[in-house]
Amino acid sequence: MDPKFRRVGFEPDPNQSQYPLTVPPPRLLSERTAAVPVPEIGFRRQFPGDRIPIGSYNPSLALLGTSPSAASTPTSEYRDGDGEFSEDSSGWFLRSESSFAVTEFDLPAKPLENSSENCLTGSVNSKNVAGSRAGAIAGTTAERMEGTAKEERNDVPSISKPVKANTTKAERRALQEAQRAAKATSKVVLYPADGRAEPGKGVKQSSGKKDGPPVTSSTATDKKSGGRSLEKERKKDVPPPRMQFDDKSRVEKAKRRALVNQTEAVNRVELFRHLPQYEYGSQLPKLESKLFQIDSVHPSVFKVGLRYLAGGTSGDNARCIEMLRAFQEAIRDYSTPPEKALVRDLTAKLGSYVSFFTECRPLSISMGNAIRFVKSRIAKLPLSHSESEAKATLYSDIDRFINEKIILAAKVIVGHAATKVRDGDVLLIYGSSSVVEMILLYAHELGKQFRVVVVDSRPKLQSQALIRRLLAKGLDCTYTLINGVSYVMHEVTRVFLGASAVLSNGTVYSRIGTACVAMVAHAFHVPVLVCCEAYKFHERVQLDSICSNELGDPNAVATVPGRMNVNYLDNWTSEDNLQILNLMFDVTPSDYISAIVTDHGMVPPTSVPVIVREYGREHLI
Amino acid sequence: MWWRSASFILDRQQNDAALRPDTSSTVTPPPPTESSSAMGLPTDHNPNISAYYQTRAAHHAVVTSDWLAQAQAAAAVAHDPPQSTSTADPDKPFSVIDVFNNWRRQPDLAEAVAAIRALAAVIRSSQASTMMQLEIELKKASDSLKAWDTTSISLTAGCDLFMRYVTRTSALEYEDFNSAKSRLIERAEKFGEISYKSRKIIAMLSQEFIFDGCTILVHGFSRVVFEVLKLAAQNKKLFRVFCTEGRPDRTGLRLSNELAKLDVPVKLVIDSAVAYTMDEVDMVFVGADGVVESGGIINMMGTYQIALVANSMNKPVYVAAESYKFARLYPLDQKDLAPALRPIDFGVPIPSKVEVERSARDYTPPQYLTLLFTDLGVLTPSVVSDELIQLYL
Repeated sequence: MDPKFRRVGFEPDPNQSQYPLTVPPPRLLSERTAAVPVPEIGFRRQFPGDRIPIGSYNPSLALLGTSPSAASTPTSEYRDGDGEFSEDSSGWFLRSESSFAVTEFDLPAKPLENSSENCLTGSVNSKNVAGSRAGAIAGTTAERMEGTAKEERNDVPSISKPVKANTTKAERRALQEAQRAAKATSKVVLYPADGRAEPGKGVKQSSGKKDGPPVTSSTATDKKSGGRSLEKERKKDVPPPRMQFDDKSRVEKAKRRALVNQTEAVNRVELFRHLPQYEYGSQLPKLESKLFQIDSVHPSVFKVGLRYLAGGTSGDNARCIEMLRAFQEAIRDYSTPPEKALVRDLTAKLGSYVSFFTECRPLSISMGNAIRFVKSRIAKLPLSHSESEAKATLYSDIDRFINEKIILAAKVIVGHAATKVRDGDVLLIYGSSSVVEMILLYAHELGKQFRVVVVDSRPKLQSQALIRRLLAKGLDCTYTLINGVSYVMHEVTRVFLGASAVLSNGTVYSRIGTACVAMVAHAFHVPVLVCCEAYKFHERVQLDSICSNELGDPNAVATVPGRMNVNYLDNWTSEDNLQILNLMFDVTPSDYISAIVTDHGMVPPTSVPVIVREYGREHLI
Repeated sequence: MWWRSASFILDRQQNDAALRPDTSSTVTPPPPTESSSAMGLPTDHNPNISAYYQTRAAHHAVVTSDWLAQAQAAAAVAHDPPQSTSTADPDKPFSVIDVFNNWRRQPDLAEAVAAIRALAAVIRSSQASTMMQLEIELKKASDSLKAWDTTSISLTAGCDLFMRYVTRTSALEYEDFNSAKSRLIERAEKFGEISYKSRKIIAMLSQEFIFDGCTILVHGFSRVVFEVLKLAAQNKKLFRVFCTEGRPDRTGLRLSNELAKLDVPVKLVIDSAVAYTMDEVDMVFVGADGVVESGGIINMMGTYQIALVANSMNKPVYVAAESYKFARLYPLDQKDLAPALRPIDFGVPIPSKVEVERSARDYTPPQYLTLLFTDLGVLTPSVVSDELIQLYL
């Protein structure tokens, strides 16, 4: 191995299956071409027992010289090589303990840990136990890595790997790529023409490829369609993988179908290569001119998509409402083509609209929930309805959703949360959440005497507009940037935060900086209330802010508006060693949250799965 | 005014403004409720004193003579039906508050049961002819009960539970109004048995956790906890009990008396000695006045302190509470509760310039509690919200 590299994590299996390992892409330019797809995080618990050589590690190169037979097909060796390996594995085990304790992975340690990984799991020799062990190992290693995603163990590939005596890294990568390209055609199609085929295929695909038990989880995806896939999902519980943007072949595939041809940004941060990042603002004029020429996309959908692209709509609720209104228009103007069923065709059309939106700007979790609702309503349309009846039903359903789950829910939340504002309170708010603003104005109307500290952060500086509105209504406000939050926190009595989504383990996914504010508040024993409508709850679990996030425009970080003299980063794109990161969201752990105020009342963060369970069925029923 | 403030200029201005009207402190009584005049309540019912804690003290505490005089005065005031101020219904001699107070005075009866019996009396004496009307009457009675004593959580919870039961079953009722009425009354009567039975269930569930040779620290006189210890003694378990004195009611004295009668070795510790004795203690057992949505409990003043000490020394804190005490409250900190004030007798006269912290209860957050023993089973604090959501679904 080339000692110039410093690898963090595990190499992927050259025989890729659907859910390959994650690996931070190589630092050297020469190796940048072979990026590896990153799987869905947290769901892949099926670790089949058959051990595979983890990527390019060659057992024959191990420090502890193992027998030549061990260097042969890893599947066989780990299946029946128990006797051979047991004494070695114990030796490995001891060494692996120390290597696990090492936080930095120097290269000498790496083959050790790889092989120890293999041995540990190989010596167990049963699928499920190995699965859990590997999961545990993956867990510990994942903690140590700089937040990269959990490892994924692959299936034993059906193609048995030839003995690789001395293949170099580049050769192995080439082999990987070739195999992946071969598999690419059979992978789950992301943007299906026919909505039904895709989940079926995806399910078949994954069940064929995985030996272990499928994982129970679901993602806020737009790929589920129809009642049948819903049932399938319940039975198999296999989520189609989300688009990971460092998988070249899938990106290519997506681009071919895409309406919005985004140019990829240069100089991307390595850790976040699995998230899309494009040059901002380049597509807008071209797309605007195409407004009336694109037939596949309804004009109102196109308009909303463009607005997302331009960054005009911000705020989760606003985006969701706009999207739903666009869907309403599309449904109203829809007419079933001849020889097609309304349900299926409409679902397919909806799927294509959703993919268009995703190209403009990645969907938020609440939007995913809303789309799931719409699709389930379509699926539940009684067949006896005529087309106009069906359309009218759908239209009113979407109206009802918007009214109940967004508008009325906000009112209920405001009512609950305003009881927690007392006279003499100093409330701290962060960012610009529509619900929190409503709470403050309502409490002020009720006559409560309180002060507001508004915390803002670059580059969006969203709270500036908010504070003007608050001042116009006569509230006492203090404005500070996020670097001053620990300075003002000692005088704060309550913190009100908004959320983009609340996940099942009680973590809150919201505007970047929220976690910081919540953490400081917790340190000062200030109660933190997160105000979030129930439609933003999701069954997903997320442990860190890296595996799923959104990247914003790095130029916004590089330049300071109004300060022409701060121009040190003007040519940052030409710097090879400089990458700028503009994250949009972050994840706040549930320990820092005192209560979540929803339209179902105030609940502790531990009760989020209960609400998802009890009230989530309403969505689908 | 006592908060540290970075924006002290702003606060100074506010101070100048605030010093003119009365600065609020913990002793300022809350404004009397408006509804006190509506339902023919005793209007000179002193809102300073929490009736709930008065009653508890009357039941369980060691009373000194002047304290007794105070309590009697308060009770007597509550007892006299007002002649002058009933604007709502002068012909109606029936007052739900009176019935409730009568029931409440029985020492063995839980607060919620008293409330439900009072509501049953409302049903009995009501002249409604339809279910809707009856429900409306009940709602009014329940609201007045709740408003009369805002500090009693089990009262509120009991009323809510009963109202929920009424509204739920009425939907499934038959057309015959009288049979529905009698069914409701029957249910209310049964509630008393349910409450009694739940104590037994809780006692049985907690036997597993009391092992031979253990030392239990108990705070306040909870009838449920007493039931638990009684059953353990009957099962011939060897354990000893540390009773905190529980000032100002000194309920610990009463409890230690009762336990001594059961031949359980009891040691009285003053409230300040809890941390001192905590290393000898194996577990802490407390009751609860109310279990809130976050999973924390509201209990007699001192519980939070004990839970904090126990937590820092890794001793488990067990709470024994019936399920009807689950309330839809969510206090964020100690001062987020409705104030429940009680007179505190220090034994010596205190100069009038000196303020006294008279709150009778505190809130223990869920992270300091280990397990809750309820008639629904042995629960962790996070399950409380689950149960509440399902109950009020």
